[in-house]
Amino acid sequence: MECNLFACITEVKVKFMFNINKLFFICSLSLGLVCSLDGGAATLESAVVEQQLANGLRVLVKPDRRAPVVVSMVWYRVGSIDEHNGQTGVAHMLEHMMFKGTRKLGVGEFSKRIAAAGGRENAFTSNDYTGYFQTLHKSALPLAFELEADRMANLMMNPAEFDKEIKVVMEERRWRTDDKPLALVRERLMATALIAHPARNPVVGWMNDLENMRLEDAQAFYNTWYAPNNATIVVVGDVEPAAVFALAQQHFGTIASKSLPVRKPQLEPPALGMNQIRVQAPAELPYVLMAYRAPRLQNSQNDSEYYALEMLEGILSGHEAARLPQRMVKTDQIANSAGAEYDGIGQGPGFFYLRGTPGAGRTAEQVEQALRREVKRVVDEGVTEDELNRVKAQLMAAQVYQRDSMFYQAQQIGWIEMSGFSHWDLDILMQQLQKVTVDQIRAVAKKYLIDSQLTVAYLEPQPLSGQKRPSAPPAGVRHAN
Amino acid sequence: MRINQFIQMSLCWLLWCGIGLQQAWAILPISHWTTTTGAKVYFVANPGLPMLDVAVDFPAGSVYDQASKAGVAGLTQGLLRLGVDGLSEDQIAQQFADVGAQLGGRIDDDRAGLSLRMLSEPRLRTVALTLMSRLLRAPDYPELVVAREKARLIDALKESALKPDTQVGKLFSQLVYGSHPYAIQSDAASVARITRADLRAFHQQHFVAERAIVAIMGDVTRAEAERIAEQLTQGLPRATAPALTLPVVERLNRGVTRIVAHPALQSHILIGGPGIARADPDYFALFVGNHILGGGGFVSRITEAVRQQRGLAYSAYSYFAPQRWGGMFVIGMQTRRDQANEALSVTRQVLAEYVAQGPTAAELEAAKQNIVGGFPLRIDSNRKIIEYLSAIGFYQLPLTYLDDFVMRVEQVSAADIRAAFARRVDPAKMVTVVVGADRDETQTESKP
Repeated sequence: MECNLFACITEVKVKFMFNINKLFFICSLSLGLVCSLDGGAATLESAVVEQQLANGLRVLVKPDRRAPVVVSMVWYRVGSIDEHNGQTGVAHMLEHMMFKGTRKLGVGEFSKRIAAAGGRENAFTSNDYTGYFQTLHKSALPLAFELEADRMANLMMNPAEFDKEIKVVMEERRWRTDDKPLALVRERLMATALIAHPARNPVVGWMNDLENMRLEDAQAFYNTWYAPNNATIVVVGDVEPAAVFALAQQHFGTIASKSLPVRKPQLEPPALGMNQIRVQAPAELPYVLMAYRAPRLQNSQNDSEYYALEMLEGILSGHEAARLPQRMVKTDQIANSAGAEYDGIGQGPGFFYLRGTPGAGRTAEQVEQALRREVKRVVDEGVTEDELNRVKAQLMAAQVYQRDSMFYQAQQIGWIEMSGFSHWDLDILMQQLQKVTVDQIRAVAKKYLIDSQLTVAYLEPQPLSGQKRPSAPPAGVRHAN
Repeated sequence: MRINQFIQMSLCWLLWCGIGLQQAWAILPISHWTTTTGAKVYFVANPGLPMLDVAVDFPAGSVYDQASKAGVAGLTQGLLRLGVDGLSEDQIAQQFADVGAQLGGRIDDDRAGLSLRMLSEPRLRTVALTLMSRLLRAPDYPELVVAREKARLIDALKESALKPDTQVGKLFSQLVYGSHPYAIQSDAASVARITRADLRAFHQQHFVAERAIVAIMGDVTRAEAERIAEQLTQGLPRATAPALTLPVVERLNRGVTRIVAHPALQSHILIGGPGIARADPDYFALFVGNHILGGGGFVSRITEAVRQQRGLAYSAYSYFAPQRWGGMFVIGMQTRRDQANEALSVTRQVLAEYVAQGPTAAELEAAKQNIVGGFPLRIDSNRKIIEYLSAIGFYQLPLTYLDDFVMRVEQVSAADIRAAFARRVDPAKMVTVVVGADRDETQTESKP
């Protein structure tokens, strides 16, 4: 039967190429919809049709008639990087509250009406954006629009519901992060690698901020950021674009736009040398996670470095015979697993990550040294045409495979739009990736994978026998009542 | 036969792909035949995208492990791709990558096998399918690879053994399945005993042509699919003995609660017991009934009581996991450790009430609306459809399973649900496991 033990995965990540773009999705529902995405690359072959309403709301439609199904998403260009000091987690908390009633709908009624229409729904929050989606029979799209338009303008937060939901979010944080050593390592690494940029804070929020969060905080965030001129609707499915535009006008057209705050750039100051941190948590095996500062894509036509770093990721860990698994896991047997990941699209600084888990009897430091040797090998000797062509072949195929999932296609369109680009750029990205040369890959490795730009986090396993960890918060600091 | 209007329209994109008259009413026109090697094939053509998915599965899951060498089934499947008649693991991975093919596979309690997603262009797909058929037929299990993968598996088992979610799942499974082979679990000691010869023998015994289930979905014709199925099963080991028959999971004669010390911030809780086999006549009553109890997301009773009303957990759910020889019924959640008792008592009360009274008419109607209305979402991609093909083949479900699905759901009554739960779920005889407490504790809840 249909069942999911843990339906929404800890960090559901949009696979842009081989690995992931590190988008921290946090899903509001824990059941009913698996948020993990099929692999696939970026280019979308059939055209996206676009219209903007007078109030600034953008509507992007991509017809896909393989089944009488529609995926409808509303993306708000606001995420955890827009949170202020002491309010980390408020973007995600607000996402939860969006299911808790409006001036028209009672608590839980949103979900009941979607369910009655045969739909599945959920939502996600990331650094840069917050998204809400339904997958339904195409005949139910008007219902999805009606309900989304209602909560875009008429959310009503009830204090009793807020007090229960913040407890749910704290449980979510314990489950996602506090009891998961690798998630803790990543959280602490980000908080170390970045000093000023708010991407240093976890999307789910620090526990103490959750303990002290008020309804007014979420309300203010909603009032500030939830507006048609800060939203984009993405619809993929068996629909006519003109009909979708008319439907959008009907439901969203009367919502007033707002004057949005001007975002401060909050540019991260330059790194002044290598950082190292150690994270102690109950575990059997150590782990090392290395993060090099790397460029973000600014201009999709000209930033060859971005494309070269993406292909480097593929060559290092894009398939089973890629360099890191081949060398470190199979041949030298230093690591039980090893991988690379480039996060180069979106707000805030980019990073190129390397990671590995040592095999029995090996240390995290040995794995780190092996990862550094692989970097040095790329810098000294470059990569081969065969390796590069293999990655390009995978990309071409993935371009076809991703069309098997309407949800994935909608996710891609929304993601690239929220990252400051256009859906048209998805095609450009794919073309540019195919043009990358072996020399460019060697050059970016040499330029960016250097110690002064590096933060290293080591997991130091602790035995279970130790009593409760000091990180355990005092129970129910504010919500004990 | 009542078929919802829009469902009839639903997969019309599949209807024009060369099907016989007698299948013209089918939602999903599944072609079925047996290869010359004896394998059963399930095929749906979809020329809409230039891609092809295939899956070949065998009754070779971990239920066929011997307790002393638990892990053989998993390694036999996992190492299929790591060496075959002269090709190294890297050469294999490179060949697939070069044609953009993605090799996958499955190993669960019942089934094991490989799957492959590829472009349907004949030259590319031929490379990929030829290699896949070699992997299924004659894996090498090179000594060095076996030693390395055993070591990695042992490390992974040790690592996961510390995790509260793994601990709770393993202990729960042992208590629910008791002496049934589904309870067998690998550990460092059992894996250490495994040899290359064990893997070869398991492959010879279980990866046999006559018991293979071949699912094919995508951009090929029936004639091409026939050739592909022959190719994939040609040269497989042959059955030398009748297929193994295992007993069905037995009911529990008493309840038990096990509390396990663990320093995690949350207690991981599982409550449940034996469920049903996949072919059980109660399947649909329990499927619909569980949707109302804990399978329907936000609008289910358990989520409502545990999360919506009390904020005790992020995730709270229930499900039946039907397998070939029986299965389990599970309710699960995680909550801050000092709230574990509250969560347990709330959940037990919800379950007891539901088993005693069954769903309300409104709940049943809402569940049917969701399941029936959402039916097109179950089959809106090649990926989802091939999963159904494999399951229909393996669990010997009728070829009309998907055609009948909506009707079977519609037919379920509140009385059916109450009766099925009464037969299958006894709230007084549940297994409860809580990992994440200060000290270990065992309570036996009712006498035999």
